[in-house]
Amino acid sequence: MITSRTWILAAILLLLAAVPPVAALLQQPFYLDLLRRVMIFAIAAISLNLILGYGGMVSFGHAAYLGIGAYAVGVLAHHGIDNGWLQWGLAIGASAVVAAAIGSISVRTSGIYFIMITLAFTQMLYYLGVSIEEYGGDDGMRLKIRSQFSGLIDLNDPTAFYYLVFGILVLFLYLTHRLVNSRFGMVLQAVRSNEARTRAIGFSPYPYRLATFIISGAMCGLAGALLANQTAFLTPEFMNWTRSGELMFMVILGGIASTAGPLLGAAALLLLEDALQGWSVLPKWVHEHWQLYLGVILVLVVLFARRGLAGLLPGRERND
Amino acid sequence: MTEPLLETRGLRKTFGALVATDGVDFDVRPGETHAVIGPNGAGKTTFIKQLSGELRPDTGRVRFAGEDVTPLSVPRRSRKGLARSFQITSIYRDFTALDNVALAVQAHAGHSFRFWNSAREDSSLRRPARQVLENVGLEKRANILAANLSHGEQRQLEIAMALATQPRLLLLDEPVAGMGKDESLRMIAFLASLKGDKTIVLVEHDMDAVFTLADRISVLVYGRIIATGTPVEIRANQEVRAAYLGEDL
Repeated sequence: MITSRTWILAAILLLLAAVPPVAALLQQPFYLDLLRRVMIFAIAAISLNLILGYGGMVSFGHAAYLGIGAYAVGVLAHHGIDNGWLQWGLAIGASAVVAAAIGSISVRTSGIYFIMITLAFTQMLYYLGVSIEEYGGDDGMRLKIRSQFSGLIDLNDPTAFYYLVFGILVLFLYLTHRLVNSRFGMVLQAVRSNEARTRAIGFSPYPYRLATFIISGAMCGLAGALLANQTAFLTPEFMNWTRSGELMFMVILGGIASTAGPLLGAAALLLLEDALQGWSVLPKWVHEHWQLYLGVILVLVVLFARRGLAGLLPGRERND
Repeated sequence: MTEPLLETRGLRKTFGALVATDGVDFDVRPGETHAVIGPNGAGKTTFIKQLSGELRPDTGRVRFAGEDVTPLSVPRRSRKGLARSFQITSIYRDFTALDNVALAVQAHAGHSFRFWNSAREDSSLRRPARQVLENVGLEKRANILAANLSHGEQRQLEIAMALATQPRLLLLDEPVAGMGKDESLRMIAFLASLKGDKTIVLVEHDMDAVFTLADRISVLVYGRIIATGTPVEIRANQEVRAAYLGEDL
């Protein structure tokens, strides 16, 4: 079914696709970098939205997979393996394995326990990153060579890298759209809506929730691999709980359990950050205390747009 | 005599010092409607939860269709054909009526690790779901969000979801609770239409419903069944009358 929302999402994607030529025309390569960053975080937020929005599991540790994905690239590169297929494959695989381990424990719980367990595991990984001197410890390490794809695509070419990220974003939007409307997705949302009823009609929620947790972790692992290539640098900060909080905020700001929400949320948060810090039209006192003004704007959005930015769009998704 | 479809032996459940279920032997014959009544606090909800699997008895067994189901979880029992409706309406409020029933159909159509095709366009789920909605008289409300249905319609939807699992036994926990007179008469008429076709355990406060629908009645007082019999026998039973302290039976 094609709704007005689908058209709006398509329009946003078209705009994103048009960024590289426009940025080149305006000689503002900075915007290419900024929007690539937005899209990478959008991919991470899309993956979090699967468990937080559709699954009703408030994970406060999603940055773990950003970190694992980034370290998969960084650690292999550190040991001289710069093959992107291997690096990204490891990013996805290791994230899935860690998600399976964390999920097998946390998914049995709910509410505050779920939040605390996901947070605790992620902090554990964070301190692991801090403690390993070989990989830079606290300071992190530089990624000397970006992931190599046997000449197929060169990530040092900003435009090529941009369109790769764009392609992955579109693919993930489509995959989640299929997934949440499939039989699997219906069970996932049913458990969120009413767990007792779901058990009573004959579903065991656990395997479905765990599978979602793993899929979500694996998706975010790929976002981590992209992020390492984006910054050409990685630190344990990628896994810090404040980063998990940012991802949650992107999902909630954009509108939970909506297709376009995570993209809108990531774009709004990162672009606002950038605008408040950098726009020369704004007075100096805004630049100096930009976090404060960002906070005020975010509070207003949460207060007045309960369904997030996606809720402000015309039309409605079937499951809103 | 045919073997009972559902049977409990020596069922006992305590919460601290409170004995909520005290050695209950209970059986349901295929095709009958067996009502469980009792004053407030008699342990009816605790009892039905042990039948559905939400609670495990401390001692005693639950047998269903010739099999000991005592250790089985709620979903496992559901897949064996034991369907339950809840005293407090339990539906998917943020889904349409049709989605609610289609989910119940889906739960009994093999595993749901199917990630690609749209469940809402799957006629093997939607067609039977529509049929069940039609059976309970909700076909015109199929695309309304469950939250926006009237209380009576939500109760009907709850029964529809139980029926959509094609159960061998329906556990109905106060199906007319909180309904107006007209609504409850319609629900009773609907449940009467299921009689004979379905085996039903009916826990109910509404005596009209109980005496209209039940083939047999068991009376639960302080966790014990003090009498089981036909409506006529129960109405005449002195002990039952004493338990209800002059309430009109």
